[in-house]
Amino acid sequence: MSSLTLISAALRRKKARTFLTFSSVVFAFLMFGVLSMIRSAFSMGVDLAGEDRLVVRHRVSLFQLLPQSYEADMEELPGVVDAMHMTWFGGVYQDPQNFFMQSPVVPAEYLDMYPEIRLSEEARTRWIETRNGAVVGRATAERFGWEVGDRVPIQPTIWQQEGREDEAWEFELVGIYHSDVEGFDETQMLFRYDFFDETRSFGRGQVGWYAVRVNDPERAAEVAASIDRLFQNSAAETKSEPEGAFAAGFANQMGNIGLIVTSILGAVFFTILLVSGNTMAQSVRERVGEIGLLKAIGFTAARVQRLVLFESLTLVTSAGFFGLLLAAGLAAVVQPMFAAYMPGLFLQGRDIFIGLGLAVLTGLVVGFFPARRAMKLRTAFALRRL
Amino acid sequence: MSEQNGSGPMVDVRQVTRTFRRGRIEVPVLRGLDLEMQRGDFLALMGPSGSGKSTLLNLIAGLDRPTSGEVFVGGAAIHKLSERRLAGWRARNIGFVFQFSNLLAGLNAARNVALPLLLTSISGKERRRRVALALDIVGLSDRARHRPRELSGGEQQRVGIARALVNDPALLVCDEPTGDLDHRTSDGILDLLAALNQEHGKTVLMVTHDPAAADRAGRLLHLDDGRLVESADGEAS
Ligand SMILES: Nc1ncnc2c1ncn2[C@@H]1O[C@H](COP(=O)(O)OP(=O)(O)OP(=O)(O)O)[C@@H](O)[C@H]1O
Ligand SMILES: [Mg+2]
Repeated sequence: MSSLTLISAALRRKKARTFLTFSSVVFAFLMFGVLSMIRSAFSMGVDLAGEDRLVVRHRVSLFQLLPQSYEADMEELPGVVDAMHMTWFGGVYQDPQNFFMQSPVVPAEYLDMYPEIRLSEEARTRWIETRNGAVVGRATAERFGWEVGDRVPIQPTIWQQEGREDEAWEFELVGIYHSDVEGFDETQMLFRYDFFDETRSFGRGQVGWYAVRVNDPERAAEVAASIDRLFQNSAAETKSEPEGAFAAGFANQMGNIGLIVTSILGAVFFTILLVSGNTMAQSVRERVGEIGLLKAIGFTAARVQRLVLFESLTLVTSAGFFGLLLAAGLAAVVQPMFAAYMPGLFLQGRDIFIGLGLAVLTGLVVGFFPARRAMKLRTAFALRRL
Repeated sequence: MSEQNGSGPMVDVRQVTRTFRRGRIEVPVLRGLDLEMQRGDFLALMGPSGSGKSTLLNLIAGLDRPTSGEVFVGGAAIHKLSERRLAGWRARNIGFVFQFSNLLAGLNAARNVALPLLLTSISGKERRRRVALALDIVGLSDRARHRPRELSGGEQQRVGIARALVNDPALLVCDEPTGDLDHRTSDGILDLLAALNQEHGKTVLMVTHDPAAADRAGRLLHLDDGRLVESADGEAS
């Protein structure tokens, strides 16, 4: 027998009440997990953004093109390590609903810029050898059942082929990439810029945007400013910003999901504090006699305080952990199902960590006042009620 | 018992007053009283309701502190101890028996008896031995695993006494230990207290309203108007 026996006896006194409180806390933390996943899905990219990468786009909009010659100009600038371009292709595979992103890239440059990407040596070589070769992320490959060697027709919505208007572009799948970085976009289809540029019917030498690597993340803003200055007063002025800011701007267009999620969570936790706080307060109120007795037979005030605090921690924190565990289990089931549509839909380690912290904090906050009350209880007075 | 000298009185209360405040009014409950108990005494304390019996008992048991005066128990000046030290002192030196069932509802009899041992560092084996012994003394060996609500009032009170014994304290303080029981059950409890006093050498201080219970004690004191009056053998304090 130990203090644990006392805590468990206290929690078993009113089993139904303990169970209800436990369940509501479990539910709150399950909700926390699910909402965190949703927030992560919508803010995808922001958290994964490389600190040393800038995105350079046309000042007017993402859909205006920039000269391909900017790449060399930017690489001349101090602080710039490497620049690489991408272009929104916007093609359709079979059905317009089958949306995923496609872009022409210079393979070697792209793979240099995004070391997060895992692509086999074999695929790399075949990509260099195959003019209409394309690589695709694992999620999209699984979604459409593509395999290496498949010929994939993509119907253009913007970029027609020279002399073959309205005909589908045909790409040969040379590799499937994935990433070890959780939440990294595994939906993209990437094909060769040289093939794209030679085949398209207009806009040769023009690209969508640039990714630029800087040598010192601390000075990323400075470099961004110098890039924009460089192209000031040219036909295509630029807007450069860190990748994270770019992704955040993109995410904000989806509505401020983060704020909504945070508000809902705030309401949930407020309720949880009331519910479990009430349970603990009531439980201590009912046990004034028992607590007085413990004090009489020699339990110190500090020890009684700890007992009540641990009781609250046991009830609330363990329920919180359990709820997070459920959320993690749910995430493991749901994530593969949605990987192709919402690559960011997963429970981030950071959110789990926050959840665990929140569970401990809630347990402490809920237990604080009842524990203090138990500590301050005057023994002789309490015993009168026994 | 480390804090108690083998000689001298068990309880020595000197010029103790205790005044409670009710809002702005001060209510003097004990008005300067003296009390000595020798080792092995069985003392009954009677008096009208509200006369301060429990207040005095609490002072002697280290649950409360006098407004003025001194309280020595087993030679220790307990009126000088800090709250924290007082708690430890109670755990080692005092066995408490209260009027109502004073058991934790969630624990079985054996665990209730073992409660005070949580505060000591004795081994599990020794703990079980002591709990078994205490339950044996009160005649409830076969009820060790029963929850309080599965026991009668008298049995609950016996479990409470076993708990008071488990740390082997020299002094038992009992506040109306039979107050809630019928006559026959009361007799059983009083027999038990008398046996603890005579056979186990415990000093017993018992507050009671029941003259029959008071008869069982070796000494009888009356508390009235904040002062003590010794009965029978007449030595006023
Ligand atoms: N903590 C306290 N605060 C204020 N007044 C108190 C407190 N404890 C006791 N009193 C008052 O002191 C007086 C004596 O109380 P006490 O409990 O000692 O009486 P008692 O003789 O044990 O009575 P009873 O026989 O009813 O148990 C009462 O008037 C009571 O209201
Ligand atoms: Mg009383």
